[in-house]
Amino acid sequence: MLARIWQFVVKEFFQVWRDPRTRFSLIVPPIIQIIVFGYAATFDVHNVPTAVFDQDHSQESRELISRFASSGYFKITQESGNGARINDLIDRGRITLAIRILPGFAEEIRKREDASLQVVLDGTDSNTALIALGYINQITQRYQQDYQRDYLNRIAPLASQRVPQVMLDERPWFNKNLEDKLFFVPGTIGSVLMVMVMTLTAFSIVREHEIGTLEQIMVTPIRPLEFILGKTIPYLMIALFELLIISLVGVMWFEVPLRGSIALLLAGSLLFIAGVLGIGLLISTLSNTQQQAMVVSFFFVQPAITLSGFGFPISSMPPVLQWLTYLDPLRYYLVVLRATFLKGLDFDLLWPQFVGMAVFALLTLSAAAARFRKTLD
Amino acid sequence: MPDESWAVVVEGLVKDFPPVRAVDHLSFRVSAGEIFGLVGPDGAGKTTTMRVLAGVMAPDEGSAVVCGCDVVRDPEAVKQHISYMPQRFGLYEDLTVSENIRFYADLFGISRRQREQAAARLLAACGMSEFSGRLAGKLSGGMKQKLGLVCALIHTPRLLLLDEPTNGVDPLSRREFWAMLYELAAQGVTIVNSTAYLDEAERCHRVALMHRGRLLFCDQPQRLKQRLPGAVIAVVSPIAARLREELAHADGVHSVLLIGDALHLFVDDAARRIPQISRALDAKGLFYDEVVRITPTIEDLFVNAVTAQEPH
Repeated sequence: MLARIWQFVVKEFFQVWRDPRTRFSLIVPPIIQIIVFGYAATFDVHNVPTAVFDQDHSQESRELISRFASSGYFKITQESGNGARINDLIDRGRITLAIRILPGFAEEIRKREDASLQVVLDGTDSNTALIALGYINQITQRYQQDYQRDYLNRIAPLASQRVPQVMLDERPWFNKNLEDKLFFVPGTIGSVLMVMVMTLTAFSIVREHEIGTLEQIMVTPIRPLEFILGKTIPYLMIALFELLIISLVGVMWFEVPLRGSIALLLAGSLLFIAGVLGIGLLISTLSNTQQQAMVVSFFFVQPAITLSGFGFPISSMPPVLQWLTYLDPLRYYLVVLRATFLKGLDFDLLWPQFVGMAVFALLTLSAAAARFRKTLD
Repeated sequence: MPDESWAVVVEGLVKDFPPVRAVDHLSFRVSAGEIFGLVGPDGAGKTTTMRVLAGVMAPDEGSAVVCGCDVVRDPEAVKQHISYMPQRFGLYEDLTVSENIRFYADLFGISRRQREQAAARLLAACGMSEFSGRLAGKLSGGMKQKLGLVCALIHTPRLLLLDEPTNGVDPLSRREFWAMLYELAAQGVTIVNSTAYLDEAERCHRVALMHRGRLLFCDQPQRLKQRLPGAVIAVVSPIAARLREELAHADGVHSVLLIGDALHLFVDDAARRIPQISRALDAKGLFYDEVVRITPTIEDLFVNAVTAQEPH
């Protein structure tokens, strides 16, 4: 029994290692992915292309514009013209945002009347638009406060010192500077591992089916469990090696801290990889061709990443989809990854995630073993 | 009780692939040490029969006992004793010759010493000793087939199931391959071999002719020839194909088969029909080299049997 499994493991390693393309795809793309994600995946909004239409040409309007310009959030170009010009710029994709200060802005402020500022946003990317709008709000409020204080100072210097203000005292835990990369790099480790393991295993049985070795294996006395273990163990080891490489990039290059225990991270990773292996092997036993396996695994990986909380918070999803996320092993693994890398949590808090992944792995691996029949019907 | 003198006992085997009945109440027996040929065109049900015997396909009806094991009830038990080589043996092209051998040997739980001895002997027997380090993908078609046979024999099976083993193999390799089969049979290994080539069937000790899942008949190749009702006459002519039309409906001709530049006519009585056919061709001014009586080949036999079963 052991000799059979061992020989299977050796054979799989030889096959993976001898193929230069597989060897390359095990090392280079994951590193590229983690680097690209570390830099590119960010919610920060900077340098939003913004056109300012200052039709007031007053000291006040210039003051407001300079506040926008110096914030760093906007890349401002001064424009002149009317609403049609705004349409044109947005349609061409030259700007995301237009701020229009109408004539009489300063006059209204000086007369203590409400002055309005027109803001036109390209809402295609609703996230960027919302964040930019938030910054605009902040800057105008600040401007308004400063203006009021200034005014109060002039008419009642004593009273102005007694205007109370609520100050925010921000203490972000686990990610002091609120850097997006600290959020995304551990998540990327999970999604890269999932994609790698899927592509390796989804093809592994169906390929043997196509080259005819599966039929040959069926006429040997091998047992389905031995076969599945022989297919699981090598890829489990390869995936752990993969985890090591990309974690090193995360820690050394992106300076993601590893605050929790390495043993816990390893244990969680093993369970997660086993689950993905199970689903990959299941797809492989259900497919007749490698193309089929590829399409089906794509239809698993894509929603699994979307529903995992990799980029979109699960708590914001509709309840039905939130339920669906419990079927997603990446959901549990991302919690474990972020908890061990950033928070340094222990098993007593993470055990529900471990249970989730263990159940998933057990179900998919036994389904794959049950599906692997030694008959050709 | 399983009878040890029979390596294979098949009775009333049926396998449906709706809407087709691939194997239709098939019964035959193969005795130990025999080279048995399952002969028939594509779609005759040979591969399905082989797969049932190998224990990788469950029949819908009937029984099959292989090496004393009931493959219908317990398909796993038989696997230690047999070896099945499909049309294309499943080799790992990215593993070397010796790695392939080792893989299959370990799946059968062969000890290292046994494996090394058997591998050396088998590789030497098929002239492949110096290729043991070569990747299987870099071997020629004939060598791949021989490597397949080596892998199939590494656990010294009692029964070897070969499904069209010489398909697409060059004539020289084919001869070597058969030499190995005779050698094995001499050592007591039973061989069930399927083929669509009738010339290959004549090398078997006994053949079963199959057509559309049914057994037409089963006997020694020579005996089958004797069984043919009437006789076969050959009309040799460079325009044999054109003569076919002329002769198909002549008196006393059952059926006509075109083989190379000759027409094989199945007739009731050779002595009477040869002059009759010569005269008919002369009368129409159709050219021919000769009209002679010949010993029927299995191919003749097969075609005659098939046409006899299905009168058009």
